[in-house]
Amino acid sequence: MNWKRSPKTLRDQSRTALQDSQLQHNLQHTLSRTLHSRQLAVSEVQNWEELRHYARTVKLHTLSHLARYLEQLEAAVQQRGGQVIWAESARQATDFILDLAHRRDFRSVVKGKSMLGEEIGLNAALERWLEVVETDLGEYIVQLAGQQPSHLVAPALHLSRGQIGELFERKLDVSVGEDVERITAAARQVLRRKFLSAHLGITGVNFGVAETGTLVVVENEGNIRLSLSAPRVHVAIMGIEKVIPRLADLPVFLKLLIRSATGQRMTSYVNLVQGGRGPGERDGPSEFFLVLVDNGRSRILADAHLRETLACIRCGACQNICPVFQSIGGHAYGSTYQGPIGSILTPQLVGLQGAPEHPFASSLCGACRDICPVGIRIPDLLLELRHRIQREKGARAARLPVERWAFQIWSWLMSSRQRYELFSRWSRRLARWTAGDRLGRLSRVIPPLSRWNRERRLPELAPKSFRELHRASGEGGS
Amino acid sequence: MRVSLFVTCLVDQLFPQVGLDTVKVLRKLGLQVDFDPRQTCCSQPAFNSGFQSEAARVGRSFLEVYGGCEDPIVVPSGSCAAMLKVSLPHLFEPGSEWHRLARQVADRTWELSSFLVDCLGVDSTGAVFPEKVTYHDSCHLLRELGHRDQARRLIRSVQGIQLVEMEQSDRCCGFGGTFSVKYPEISAAMGREKLDRIRESGAGWVVAGDSSCLLHLHSLSEAAGVALRTLHLAELLARF
Repeated sequence: MNWKRSPKTLRDQSRTALQDSQLQHNLQHTLSRTLHSRQLAVSEVQNWEELRHYARTVKLHTLSHLARYLEQLEAAVQQRGGQVIWAESARQATDFILDLAHRRDFRSVVKGKSMLGEEIGLNAALERWLEVVETDLGEYIVQLAGQQPSHLVAPALHLSRGQIGELFERKLDVSVGEDVERITAAARQVLRRKFLSAHLGITGVNFGVAETGTLVVVENEGNIRLSLSAPRVHVAIMGIEKVIPRLADLPVFLKLLIRSATGQRMTSYVNLVQGGRGPGERDGPSEFFLVLVDNGRSRILADAHLRETLACIRCGACQNICPVFQSIGGHAYGSTYQGPIGSILTPQLVGLQGAPEHPFASSLCGACRDICPVGIRIPDLLLELRHRIQREKGARAARLPVERWAFQIWSWLMSSRQRYELFSRWSRRLARWTAGDRLGRLSRVIPPLSRWNRERRLPELAPKSFRELHRASGEGGS
Repeated sequence: MRVSLFVTCLVDQLFPQVGLDTVKVLRKLGLQVDFDPRQTCCSQPAFNSGFQSEAARVGRSFLEVYGGCEDPIVVPSGSCAAMLKVSLPHLFEPGSEWHRLARQVADRTWELSSFLVDCLGVDSTGAVFPEKVTYHDSCHLLRELGHRDQARRLIRSVQGIQLVEMEQSDRCCGFGGTFSVKYPEISAAMGREKLDRIRESGAGWVVAGDSSCLLHLHSLSEAAGVALRTLHLAELLARF
């Protein structure tokens, strides 16, 4: 992944986010509205749970036969005159597109929204040589602001209308205020010209149907349809996990994806792309390329414990429901993929050492698993990653493994009644000794108590434990 | 009928009243309650922090205490019950003796509200509490064990009580074990949201099936100087 570990920790960034009252307002406003729409849209579907289960089964089946379905997809795309490129790494994918642009002497690119594009750092790779314009309104806003998307589905979620209006005034020299229609109109005016003059259109893919070679892209603005039809050449970039075997299953996936993502029954546009202009056809791009990107996915695929990470259809529902994401937004994670899915995907894509904080930035509340339209067991995968990170840390002993020592002592104490009771007695003595009440001043300086104490009062140990009271009542036995 | 009480380390050390009230309720229903003093912890703190071998060590000592027990194991905590029922077997190699024991223990473990309603078929403990309360769904009780209605049924059966639902009663209180010290600011922000929802409900008391959530909320409210009255379900049901 295009990823430089930020010098700021996730905790630092979360603190900044929590103090940003504008961000807090934007998050609260947008996420609660989206969740509400989703709830209504899902409640209309009687067999939602059945569909989830079905989709999960199809996804897991596909993943366990991925090579076969990808080859089938490749053959079907080629049969319709498209070319298929296999990119093992981000670099291979961006190099292919750069080379193509050089060979054809292209100068300008219009892009449809693609998280994979963000993952492989496509804009950064292309912008040195070409004019690259994001055409999804949210992505366009984020591009103008020089930022990264802060949500899988709503890239500019972190910004208010007012902030977007100011941005447009600054960058485009138009006065739009906070009016959504005027903001949209201003963007449309710029983007229409770009669509008509662009040589190359790049889009992502929501689903690639193996049996027919159909690439499915959903959207609400029509910009993707223009990106893939107006320019001379269309390049679709697709993570290898996005393949589904049959066209017949598409309605299930569309229903799950769209209702989970935006709470709509159907998006304004569902594009089914069958490649470029066919013989005798009058419009559409003259050439079509499908870039299948691995970039670490086959490593995840090979890992039986973590494989289901790849079942994700990028609806963003886990981000919307997550109380951590709701509190800090996407940027605090410092990675392309954020929130619960990002916390399992990022360490797998960039390596455990690259994102050692992500799996711990969760209270393991499980809301993400319950809302996930394909039932990814995110808390279980977070736990597995936590385990691996602690194991790796132990093996490398790069820093003082304080937490490991603490848990070693803890497990020693907790695995014997005598030690546990002795510890319990001594803790009470210590508590009495340190000013009689709470662990007093000591607890304000010694972590982890000090970290607890910053915003909370330390609870008091009961004067007598349950076992002492129970024993005293004469029924405690030995 | 005999039951074995696993009181949990948190209740043992910080909230003994919850344990005493659990015993009181179970006895009222005619059960013989055993408390094995060799018990310590369910091992969840280490497991959730990624220290599986440390968790397994504590898990084994739990199984040494409860492995031979034939009675239902009753736990006044959704979180610890979920650890025992869902996660503990994962700590041991399938086919091993520990794994077999862990699965047996998982099958015999009951969270308190579910034990009363689903196992005993109890609707009421005869408690009286003429107050307005709201119920917080603790995460593991709701989403790991799937128990939403049991506690509510028991609360509604309390004489004189008025149960009002808060908005987003199923949203996490922000505790999350070591999460609360790894990301104290996020954890506290989540907790304060919960405090707001509780206050907005107009209830004078918040009831939950987990002492850990109540501990977190109480600690936050104390630091903020806000009044909050918390009650574990067992404490409520023992008010007869």
